[in-house]
Amino acid sequence: MINSKITGIVATFDRDNIDTDQIIPTEYLKSIKKFGFGDYLFDGWRYLDEGKLDMTSDDRFKNNDFILNKEPYKNANILLTRDNFGCGSSREHAVWALRDFGFKAVIASSFGDIFYNNCFKNNVLPIKLSKDEVNHLFEISSFSPVTFEIDLLKKVLNFDNDSFYSFQVKDSLLDRIINNLDDVDITLKHKKNIETFEQKRRQERPWLFDYIN
Amino acid sequence: MGLLINHHHLRSNMSATLYDKLWDEHLVQTDDTNESLIYIDRHYLHEVTSPQAFEGLRHKNLKPWRLDANIATPDHNVPTDRGDAFDTSSIRDKVAKIQVVELDKNCNHFGIHQFDITSNKQGIVHVMGPELGYTLPGMTIVCGDSHTSTHGAFGCLAMGIGTSEVEHVLATQCLKITKLKNMQVNFNGHLQRGVTSKDIVLHLIKLIGTAGGTGHAIEFSGSYISSASMESRMTICNMAIEAGAKVGLTSVDNTTLDYVKEHSNLSDSIFNHASEYWQTLKSDPDANFDQIINIDVSEIKPQVTWGTSPEMTIDFDADIPSKEDIDASNLENLLLAKAYMGLDDSKTLLDLSFDRIFIGSCTNSRIEDLRDAASAIEGKKISKDITEAIVVPGSGMVKEQAENEGLDKIFIEAGFLWRDPGCSMCLGMNPDQLKPYERCASTSNRNFEGRQGNLGRTHLMSPVMAALTAINGKITDPS
Repeated sequence: MINSKITGIVATFDRDNIDTDQIIPTEYLKSIKKFGFGDYLFDGWRYLDEGKLDMTSDDRFKNNDFILNKEPYKNANILLTRDNFGCGSSREHAVWALRDFGFKAVIASSFGDIFYNNCFKNNVLPIKLSKDEVNHLFEISSFSPVTFEIDLLKKVLNFDNDSFYSFQVKDSLLDRIINNLDDVDITLKHKKNIETFEQKRRQERPWLFDYIN
Repeated sequence: MGLLINHHHLRSNMSATLYDKLWDEHLVQTDDTNESLIYIDRHYLHEVTSPQAFEGLRHKNLKPWRLDANIATPDHNVPTDRGDAFDTSSIRDKVAKIQVVELDKNCNHFGIHQFDITSNKQGIVHVMGPELGYTLPGMTIVCGDSHTSTHGAFGCLAMGIGTSEVEHVLATQCLKITKLKNMQVNFNGHLQRGVTSKDIVLHLIKLIGTAGGTGHAIEFSGSYISSASMESRMTICNMAIEAGAKVGLTSVDNTTLDYVKEHSNLSDSIFNHASEYWQTLKSDPDANFDQIINIDVSEIKPQVTWGTSPEMTIDFDADIPSKEDIDASNLENLLLAKAYMGLDDSKTLLDLSFDRIFIGSCTNSRIEDLRDAASAIEGKKISKDITEAIVVPGSGMVKEQAENEGLDKIFIEAGFLWRDPGCSMCLGMNPDQLKPYERCASTSNRNFEGRQGNLGRTHLMSPVMAALTAINGKITDPS
């Protein structure tokens, strides 16, 4: 199956430096599962009470001013934000929470390095645009709900009828999302190369192997 | 993606940075979009970011590629008031217990060496690893934890990774990444009295911001770094990620080699053989950096964070930024942070009353940190305004060393609680958490909203400053 288009409602977070602790607080990192984090996305802003891992969204006291608690943003699947989104902790749970809520793309002027990498492992597309482009997108999406369309094959973000921005993303990363590829499978095709490298390393740097203290 | 290039010391005749050398040394192959497979020498695992990776291995019917590269320990969610005769079954938080049990099960099932909750060597993985010699110069080191940059202090290429990458490293012994740019930060000069490595790195983050190092490996150098202990270098590399750089590193010198000699159990002949290579682990004099920052450390005062991002840092006695001090595009961030931190009516940090003190975390829980803090409070009592002050040694070995030196008694007599090793209140994943609106002087690395507990207020600072805040109930001039 090929994922070539993302279309949907845009939720806006007008804030710099949203760290992964805000995307999903530490409490929910106690889960040993890889799914089911959508109810805890932006937990500290979305709810007025303190949550636990065994609670669902329905059990919680919601902050009705928060954008994801309002119609139609409850069904948003594109997030628009500012600088350095996803900085801080390496927790992949942050991407799992965005994905499980329904987000398929995040648009920002920059991202935390580890978060950016984690996105491509989970079919969430991070799109880097210039600050001016992000400003413009905020202008057109802040007052009433809008829908964007992202063409992954053309690397283009369509907004406001005929307007669009092109974006840059490494082909090999984008390919993971388009073709839903698994990194482990791809790498193990080069098993021989890794074995040869390792054998040489064992000879040249023997202290790195079989060390126990 | 088809074309693959195998590298054989392509750079041998060119000048290179330390990061370039480590990259070339570990490069298995590069594809034509510049994604590379990098061989990983050491993989640290803990209970929080590994369960889904092991599940992935089982699902694909794979085994770990190389067992002896992996070392595991539970640290993030473990209670720190364990005392003697504690084991996994004693963990009261049922959900946390499942994770620790799962790590036990996974390590047993796959044959991975673990320092479990009952081991006297267990500790925060970034404290425990180096002191047991599992971190050696020149290694590539990864862990599902962003503070893995700590190990760069040994001339290693060390970085935090996500859980999918944990699975990838377990399965293939490689990481698939793109090369970073090089940044050099030169710290020159001598520190003022009361100033520590923590203040130096907070000052840097204040200057360049939490995205200042994004996309870069930061090499820390200069006369201050050369004179600094391994513990101080680890504190600085640890917080490279708070400046946006997932890699921080320093070159290998005699201080590094002395530490490794003392902490590893390599035989003399192997150590001497390895040292010949380790001594080449430094940037060439004419190496090219994409960005260079020079900082005179003799001008730096003790630093304290006022807001909800590590870049929101000021000199301990400076005015908290007001809306007149900043440009309009940052106003929203400033107002949100001030409101969260309860600072709307405060001009400086000096008048604030503190409720809690946390001395610990992978940033500042090593023996040097505990010595610094203990010497600042010896013979004194904590302020009656402080409801709880805790010291959480970074590992079993740090704890034992501190007790041998009598530091535990100094803390306990002053009114501190002396705890067992773990990440503790740095992220409040165990029972050590702030209550809403409590103000905490913390030696950890992140002052994010809710980081130490829902609605808790965190001020990052050095161990000396946190200890003095415990005594006086307020931020105090250490000189």
